[in-house]
Amino acid sequence: MTANAVPAGGQHKTDVAVIGAGPIALFAVFELGLLDLKTHLIDILDRPGGQCAELYPEKPIYDIPGLVEVSGQGLTDRLMDQIKPFNPTFHFSQMAEALEKTADGWRVTTDAGTIIEARVVVVAAGGGSFTPKKPPIPGIEAYENGSVFYAVRKMERFRDKIVVIAGGGDSALDWTLNLQPIAKKILLVHHRDGFRAAPDSVNKMRALVADGKLEFHIASIKSLAGAGDKLDAIMLNNKERGDYRVEAEMLLPFFGLTMKLGPVANFGIGLHENLIPVDTEKFESNVPSIFAIGDINTYPGKLKLILSGFHEGALMAQQAFRYCRPDEKLRFQYTTSSTSLQKKLGVA
Amino acid sequence: MRLIVTDRDGKVHELEARDGWRAMEVIRDANLPLTAECGGACACATCHVYVDEAWAAKLAPAEKQEIEMLDFGVAVEENSRLSCQIIISAELDGLKVTLAPESL
Repeated sequence: MTANAVPAGGQHKTDVAVIGAGPIALFAVFELGLLDLKTHLIDILDRPGGQCAELYPEKPIYDIPGLVEVSGQGLTDRLMDQIKPFNPTFHFSQMAEALEKTADGWRVTTDAGTIIEARVVVVAAGGGSFTPKKPPIPGIEAYENGSVFYAVRKMERFRDKIVVIAGGGDSALDWTLNLQPIAKKILLVHHRDGFRAAPDSVNKMRALVADGKLEFHIASIKSLAGAGDKLDAIMLNNKERGDYRVEAEMLLPFFGLTMKLGPVANFGIGLHENLIPVDTEKFESNVPSIFAIGDINTYPGKLKLILSGFHEGALMAQQAFRYCRPDEKLRFQYTTSSTSLQKKLGVA
Repeated sequence: MRLIVTDRDGKVHELEARDGWRAMEVIRDANLPLTAECGGACACATCHVYVDEAWAAKLAPAEKQEIEMLDFGVAVEENSRLSCQIIISAELDGLKVTLAPESL
């Protein structure tokens, strides 16, 4: 799908490591590329675009300069086309987990074991990493990874178990259908008798209910009961029955994703209310050669607009060049007139 | 106009509401803790509020998109709404809502 997405676990060296692959990160690749700086991008999602791809791929955006109307996915696709000449390397489905100083820059390690050594780090992580929403049920954290899971990695874990699946989207229905043949019993719990899921999945799910192979509860989860990380029962509630108890060994909540700052908070970069304060000349954090652009930064007058993030990336790139090429003179040029820039873009 | 918001600690805030604003915008402008991740595009369910019973019927009914988006809300109840889909008007002067719990 993407020009240059590499498998997890490798060791890489580059000029600039960019944390995030949303629109601001992608355009930063362009501005850095014009200055001959190479980039590696890390993103928790499995594709570029960030919020534009995950939250509103089909929603129209009307305030991108020069584009009267473009969808979140459309903008992502155009940016990917625009940065193609610079051939950035993507590390998808990974989260930047640790940042360490090296002799000549930084070492970024991801939760998948990838190591990227770079002179400069650019945090373009938006609202943080997309992570599964965790329902605020009292005590749920004690059961996580024992009986409560927000993703299915090993289906075998659910064999012959009583599994409660909570939610009404595609993930909830897909896993209901996939686990039904191997689980001892499946209970699907959703707050309404309607789903935001593929009609085919809904039909299959309703057929299983009609055959008595699946229990569907229109209810909400009130509390959990068990010992240690082993779940015994879940207390449900609805209008007809009030509070009632169902036996359960596993709980899979599927309520989509939300953004959490995550490990960036432990990188030693100054933070203000989960945002990274930067100057407005270079968009550098309080740690030299670590920059922050896009929704994750803050400065007087900050507006969380895509167009502001593009500007921030352009100015950041100037200073990144000075770190990466200390012995070279930065030459400011326009793409309209510079043959050397046009060569980089493959148009001259 | 006023929008009366109970926060997650039970504290009541009387906010100055403006005609045509989204309730989410009024709440966010007052710096109350509301994630409102997607900025009002009805695409994330993180501006979730509970509407006071006395007011529920005065709101325009939720459209399909909001109903479906609430499937991705946590702790959804019968009086759940997405505050980005509540448009403030004279009829809603004094509207009471409570901030729903957020994802852990």
